[in-house]
Amino acid sequence: MIYLDAAATTPVRQNVLDVIIPLLTHDYGNPSSTHQMGGSAKRALDYARETAAKTLGVRTGDIVFTSGGTESNNLAIKGLALGTPRGKHLLISAIEHPSVTEACHYLAKHHGFDLDIAPVDAQGILDLEAFTALLRPDTTLVSVMAVNNEVGTIQPIAEVAAAARAFGALVHCDGVQGAGWLEMAGIAAHVDALSLSGHKIGGLKGAGLLMVRGKLPLEPLVHGGGQERERRSGTENVAGAVATATALSLAAEANATGTAEGYGEHFISTVLDGLNTEGRIRARLTGDAGRRIPGIVSFVFPETGGETVLLELERRGVVCSSGSACAAGSTDPSHVLLAMGYDEDTAHTAVRLSFTRTVKEAEIATSARAVVAAVQAIAGV
Amino acid sequence: MTPIYLDHAATTPMSSTALAAMTHELAQTGNPSSLHGAGRRAHRVMEESRERLAAAAGAHASEVIFTSGGTESDNLALKGLYWNRNGADARRTRILVPVIEHHAVLDTAAWLEAHEGAQITWLPVDSDGVIDQEVLEAEITADPGSIALLTCMWANNEVGSVQPIAQIVALAEEHGIPVHADAVQAFTALPISFADSGLATMAISGHKIGGPVGIGALLVRRDIVLTPVQHGGGHERALRSGTLNAASAAGFAAAATEATANLAAESQRLATLRDTLIAGVRQQIPEAVFNGTADAQHTGTRLPGNAHFTFPGCEGDSLLFVLDMLGVHSSTGSACTAGVPRPSHVLLAMGRDEETARGAQRFTLGHSTGPEDVEKLVAALPEAYARAKKAGMAAQVSSIQTAGTGFSR
Repeated sequence: MIYLDAAATTPVRQNVLDVIIPLLTHDYGNPSSTHQMGGSAKRALDYARETAAKTLGVRTGDIVFTSGGTESNNLAIKGLALGTPRGKHLLISAIEHPSVTEACHYLAKHHGFDLDIAPVDAQGILDLEAFTALLRPDTTLVSVMAVNNEVGTIQPIAEVAAAARAFGALVHCDGVQGAGWLEMAGIAAHVDALSLSGHKIGGLKGAGLLMVRGKLPLEPLVHGGGQERERRSGTENVAGAVATATALSLAAEANATGTAEGYGEHFISTVLDGLNTEGRIRARLTGDAGRRIPGIVSFVFPETGGETVLLELERRGVVCSSGSACAAGSTDPSHVLLAMGYDEDTAHTAVRLSFTRTVKEAEIATSARAVVAAVQAIAGV
Repeated sequence: MTPIYLDHAATTPMSSTALAAMTHELAQTGNPSSLHGAGRRAHRVMEESRERLAAAAGAHASEVIFTSGGTESDNLALKGLYWNRNGADARRTRILVPVIEHHAVLDTAAWLEAHEGAQITWLPVDSDGVIDQEVLEAEITADPGSIALLTCMWANNEVGSVQPIAQIVALAEEHGIPVHADAVQAFTALPISFADSGLATMAISGHKIGGPVGIGALLVRRDIVLTPVQHGGGHERALRSGTLNAASAAGFAAAATEATANLAAESQRLATLRDTLIAGVRQQIPEAVFNGTADAQHTGTRLPGNAHFTFPGCEGDSLLFVLDMLGVHSSTGSACTAGVPRPSHVLLAMGRDEETARGAQRFTLGHSTGPEDVEKLVAALPEAYARAKKAGMAAQVSSIQTAGTGFSR
């Protein structure tokens, strides 16, 4: 079996396991306790915070450890929107993760915010002109993801931030899918808040972080003991925080060396060249061919129906998905593909293959050939 | 030197069973929401964990909503119930809150008061830290239609007193008022059946029972509707979005199953050890004052692993510090406010004066505690107390705020 569903979740990295096992067994103290075991736990938590801050090029006071990407997105959006007494207007893209979209809908429904949704082009890239036109003097917060989780396109965060700042709006970025492939310090430099998740990069599920400028007022999502400088209460998950920080720092190292950089392109050309023969278009890459991370390749197969390719691939030992795991099981077509202009039937044929930089070359070659063979078998080529 | 760890109420080490269950899952891959084989496998682990946890808590599997821990569970219960009940009838603005609740409840209630138009009615406790049922009844019957919810912890985290949940629920039930219980300290320490309790919601936590940190659950009765706190992919009956954490759920469920299976014997063992500890402290330091219900007959009116004292003439933090140097780990009350030089809101509510309250020390026992741990504490105490007393009381700080909450009341 070849697992190519890293955008849903990744295996825990061995180096991560090595550092957290002592925290699960021997150094189990509560970091808020003032005795020696509490002190050890506190030092481990400080180490995690320093590592994460260093990797992102921010201050330690800008790091809030959370239970994952969804909580980070909720905390950033609700926390900044409710904490900032400035207008009541939110602006996001049409292809955001549901944790961003739903947090905004909550603010619209319960706190009277206006929500505008900026379109993307057919390549799955934010339409900057339309985005800028929707900015208002009372815009509180904009939120645009670094990398789309379904089609892998890289969004123009620097330009988004510059446009938003011209209107005085705060900028949040959901960086969950970008961390394994992009230099996150470069993105963090442009934004007020950046959400990251551990388990998409070899850390633990149930752990993530929000980088949010320490000076910004932030209304907490979870109230209680006042941990994380009153920004996120609850006993700190030390092992989870150390895992997130370690995974993030390992990802940054691999990003710097460019490991596996060419794999996505190779995968895409194998599939397109293998299937689009005799003047027929049997496979279409979704999302921009150039402005995408190598780790998410996604196609629609116009000559097949529904999820047949996905099922055929699993039969052939390649595990992947039709899009977001959160929406798995839903019969609704992908909101991302619809926003890019695909019709519903075509959107239903979507297949997303995703991997981290630890993927093996042979896994890429084998699964790319399996995609070709699967579609050929279904289309009767 | 291995420290004598008597702070199990802050966090307790993972049981080997829970650790094995969790690490087994950490070696697997799969998002429980994914439809492929790896996802379905993770989904099965998730659902088996849900069933095991439900069985341990006397609940139905569909009533288990996994969260990131006890604090999040309390937040979801209070905010979710308040928003829903108040949304259905705007007259329902009151939240009945015993003054001895955990900060996760206190601060959430205070936030609802400051931001969402709620009004808190504080419920007093007696000198043992047990809720005053007469006052509660009077507060309910005076104007039941104005009450959004009632919250009451099953057992207090500082002084160990168990609250009369059955009677409290009975009082509220007559008027259709939902009751939330923070059972973080009580779960697996006392026999608990969510179904029999009549509670609307109940919060539990993994790391207080030998499971991992970073996971907990809110049990939500099937007829109860909550407004979520965390939005997204619609996981957990759309009450709590976020990728499901199968490894931690497996560890949590394993710990709960193991602890409830051994509950009768283990609570008897701990209560006996606790009584030895109490007798030892009284013998060594006759002026030490024991706090909370005594439960000498082991009828379940006190958490079996909790012993709490105030030591006259010394600062609790000083005693903790000296004990720590002597290799004994204890607490002045709650880890959540540890290091904050304020008297415990629980002790003040029990009628102790500020100076008395500041001499507090909590010793909590757990699955890894043996008789030798108690002996070592008792042996170390006279020296520790003498040195702590010598350090004297730190400069008095303002008594306006208590350790309970940053919000004034």
